[in-house]
Amino acid sequence: MSTQEIATETAVEMITLTIDGFEVSVPKGTLVIRAAEKLGIQIPRFCDHPLLDPVGACRQCLVEIEVNGRKFPKPQASCTIPVEPGMIVNTQLTSAVADKAQQGVMELLLINHPLDCPVCDKGGECPLQNQAMSNGREESRFEGTKRTFEKPINISSQVLLDRERCILCARCTRFSEQIAGDPFITLNERGALQQVGIYEKEPFESYFSGNTVQICPVGALTGASYRFRARPFDLISTPSACEHCASGCDMRTDVRRGKTLRRLAGDDAAVNEEWNCDKGRWAFKYVNAKDRITTPLIRDESGQLREASWPEALALAAKGLKENRSAVLVGGRATLEDAYGYSKFARIALNTNDIDFRSRATSKEEKNFLASHVVGTQVNYKDLDRADHVLLLGFEAEEESPIVFLRLYKQVKKRELKITAVAPFTSRGNKKLKAELISTQAGSEASAISKISNLSKKSVILIGERLSESSGAISAAVALATNSGAKLAWIPRRAGERGALEAGALSNLLPGARPVSDSAARVDLQAAWGVSSLPSNPGLDSDEIIKEVEKGNIGALLVGGVDPLDISPDYQAIMEKAFIVSLEIRQSAVTQIADVVLPVAAVVEKSGTFINWESRARFFEAAVPESLTRSDVRILSMLADEMGSSINLPTVSSARDEFNSLGTWHNRESFTPVSGESTKIANGKANLCSWRLLLDAGSLQDGENNLAGTAHPSVAIISKSRADSLGVTNGDQIKISTPRGEITLACQIDSIDEESVWVPRNSINSKVIESLGITSGEVSVVRA
Amino acid sequence: MSEFHLEPKPSGAIQRAAEQSVPVTGTEPSGFFTQLKGFWVTFSTMFKKPNTIEYPEVKPEVAPRFHGRHQLNRYEDGLEKCIGCELCAWACPADAIYVEGENNTEGNQISPGERHAKVYQINYLRCIFCGLCIEACPTRALTMTNEYEIADDSREKLIWEKEDLLAPLRAGMLMPPHPMYPESDHHNYYRNEIKESHPSQDTKAGGEK
Repeated sequence: MSTQEIATETAVEMITLTIDGFEVSVPKGTLVIRAAEKLGIQIPRFCDHPLLDPVGACRQCLVEIEVNGRKFPKPQASCTIPVEPGMIVNTQLTSAVADKAQQGVMELLLINHPLDCPVCDKGGECPLQNQAMSNGREESRFEGTKRTFEKPINISSQVLLDRERCILCARCTRFSEQIAGDPFITLNERGALQQVGIYEKEPFESYFSGNTVQICPVGALTGASYRFRARPFDLISTPSACEHCASGCDMRTDVRRGKTLRRLAGDDAAVNEEWNCDKGRWAFKYVNAKDRITTPLIRDESGQLREASWPEALALAAKGLKENRSAVLVGGRATLEDAYGYSKFARIALNTNDIDFRSRATSKEEKNFLASHVVGTQVNYKDLDRADHVLLLGFEAEEESPIVFLRLYKQVKKRELKITAVAPFTSRGNKKLKAELISTQAGSEASAISKISNLSKKSVILIGERLSESSGAISAAVALATNSGAKLAWIPRRAGERGALEAGALSNLLPGARPVSDSAARVDLQAAWGVSSLPSNPGLDSDEIIKEVEKGNIGALLVGGVDPLDISPDYQAIMEKAFIVSLEIRQSAVTQIADVVLPVAAVVEKSGTFINWESRARFFEAAVPESLTRSDVRILSMLADEMGSSINLPTVSSARDEFNSLGTWHNRESFTPVSGESTKIANGKANLCSWRLLLDAGSLQDGENNLAGTAHPSVAIISKSRADSLGVTNGDQIKISTPRGEITLACQIDSIDEESVWVPRNSINSKVIESLGITSGEVSVVRA
Repeated sequence: MSEFHLEPKPSGAIQRAAEQSVPVTGTEPSGFFTQLKGFWVTFSTMFKKPNTIEYPEVKPEVAPRFHGRHQLNRYEDGLEKCIGCELCAWACPADAIYVEGENNTEGNQISPGERHAKVYQINYLRCIFCGLCIEACPTRALTMTNEYEIADDSREKLIWEKEDLLAPLRAGMLMPPHPMYPESDHHNYYRNEIKESHPSQDTKAGGEK
């Protein structure tokens, strides 16, 4: 725990001690090494990490300590000893004994550390290299043979271990136990034979293994994708934000000659601390995929897409959007600025409120909830830290927002935070959180939620985006929050959804939480935008937009980063009827049917802002500024100019400034509760439930095979009784089908609700929406 | 304005030189002997050894440690010594070297051990031939030859790729990729214990054995 954290958690007494002749006051419980840091005195260390429990494994931080006039007979490890009043500490700077002790420890560490820095990825950014220079002997006295191991061994497909480089600091093993809660790595043997090993019999299932690479103080753990790719001096580092989920991690992107080579977790104590998940760390190769679109494309007479110039493509797009009734589908991956661009473009250039950022299963209830209870509100990680009870509704923390999971796990480990999940079974992540399960079938969440009563004002209700798939469930959660006073937070899966909501890329909301139905809010925005009128009729949701396209009422669509297969398998065919302008980075189901395709920048190539579930904005600059591609908002501005109704957002910064100047409106839409209905499943059938796994077949994970190697296997989870009635055991293939299609998967027997069957929503061999056409509901399950 | 004025400190030597100097007025004494003195310099040069070098017809020998263009060396069996560690690029004060490392895989063993250079470029427009890269090289892969004819007529041609820099295959050497010598590792190579290529390989391709 950091000194700051201790100081802010409780009002604690301060302790004054002397380090190297300087007096310093720190909160009680602070470790000596941390107190020295406060004075700017750097004591060398390897095993010490502010977020891990002290272990004193490496002995590099030895200092001389005197308490109450009595000196410890030998130098002590400053990373394990808490400060005491009147303590006198002499570090290597003032004590010859401490200095000699540190040099001795370093010499012993180097005995078994190979001199292979030239082939080691850590070379140049290695704490061992640095501290051997600053606190080690100049010459080696070692003349024996160093130990060697077969190298490297794969801890997983993405983490490699060179055992001879390991200095046994136990950072990685402590991380896996204390932070991730996954037993994927441990110290085997004892004494001189001690080494890091893996659990050979346990399956490797950790989404956080990349952090061990980052905290390894030597090159013992390295990432397979970055292995031998570059040296620190080759890289240009840019602070960035993660584009994968709504957790909102701070990241660092390292680029060499215009190509992203690695991403590291940034250090934001309020959000991701110093961690991130493997998806955020390694899923970035999609940017350089072969199907990347680099020039505008237009569909010619023969029906083929051909390359076109910007003026030609913009003119054609503008003509098509102007001549038809048009609607906008944004997708949940846009930055705040881009979403604001879409929002303003729809209202001014297209004069419509038919805009929706939700490219997934949605409901009117959800839209109403977002406009009334989510937009403009703030619940944050600190609230999770302080909560007495956290309720997870339609939300799998580890799969859908891994940093939220880490926070919850930290509190569970620290003070046994009570967690309750409303789900059909206890997932692996929830088992680690020791969550209490309220076993519920998909679709019947409303009645389960309405029975919950043990929440208080300090409780937090976390609602996942999947709760909208269950009618009445959100209303029940709102009622629960109102009655108990608990905090209510909505955690979408995609990084851009919260930003798009704030930017008003929704049919009932204008930017800055202004309800479309509120005429004063419209007038306020008209004045800000300098327009005489804004559309006042309520707009359509994504489902309704597609229906109107089918009927022929909407003739043109502006689509940014939407996969119609996220909503329904039929939508691609229906959308084909409309004139489509697609803003995309890669070939997709939409560009296949689009009439005009305009290339846009990927996240590393543009600046922007992501707003995470807390409503915390994280601004980032382009990591590859020399890229020729432009952010969506710039292209929308050009397109609006071409249409003759300017939106005046020529740059990302102008969009951000304009959005910030709008402020947040004070009135919200009122919430109209919807009553829930329980699912009725015919006899002999099963009720399907599904969610996406963190590592799955998502297109942003394309091109990274090492990462895909650690995705959890696709299995269908069924109850014991169903397995008995089907006559299957663990690992047997079962077939799940609807009239539309089928999925065949190996089954896994778990204590799932009797009537339910769970499958991953978008994994290999398990594309639920594409194959079955539904996300939940009645399916038949037979033995394959 | 500041009250400080920085003035040069008057130097005694400058002062004295100024006092002793004789201004050029154009009215100095001139005469026949003064001119003869000039002609004598010209005349005496005719009997000295000429300094002219008949380059490029005659290429002069340079000192044995002359810093010429670089060479990437090979082990006796043809495997490259370069491990792509980038220490040369790191040491380079002119940022003339670009290296990209890569894994050695079973079918693609370029150098002994785990790592080789996938890309190795030296930009001779930038290189200042200081030799710090040679000092940095941990495997003696990079050395300098005595060759100095590097000039060319385009910028592209002056960026030398790995193929241009690699030492030619001598007799007994085999073009990589090929496996390491049986029961050896990169340490054996480093200690120069490998004297021939892998027995399973036909060394005829690389030259006479």
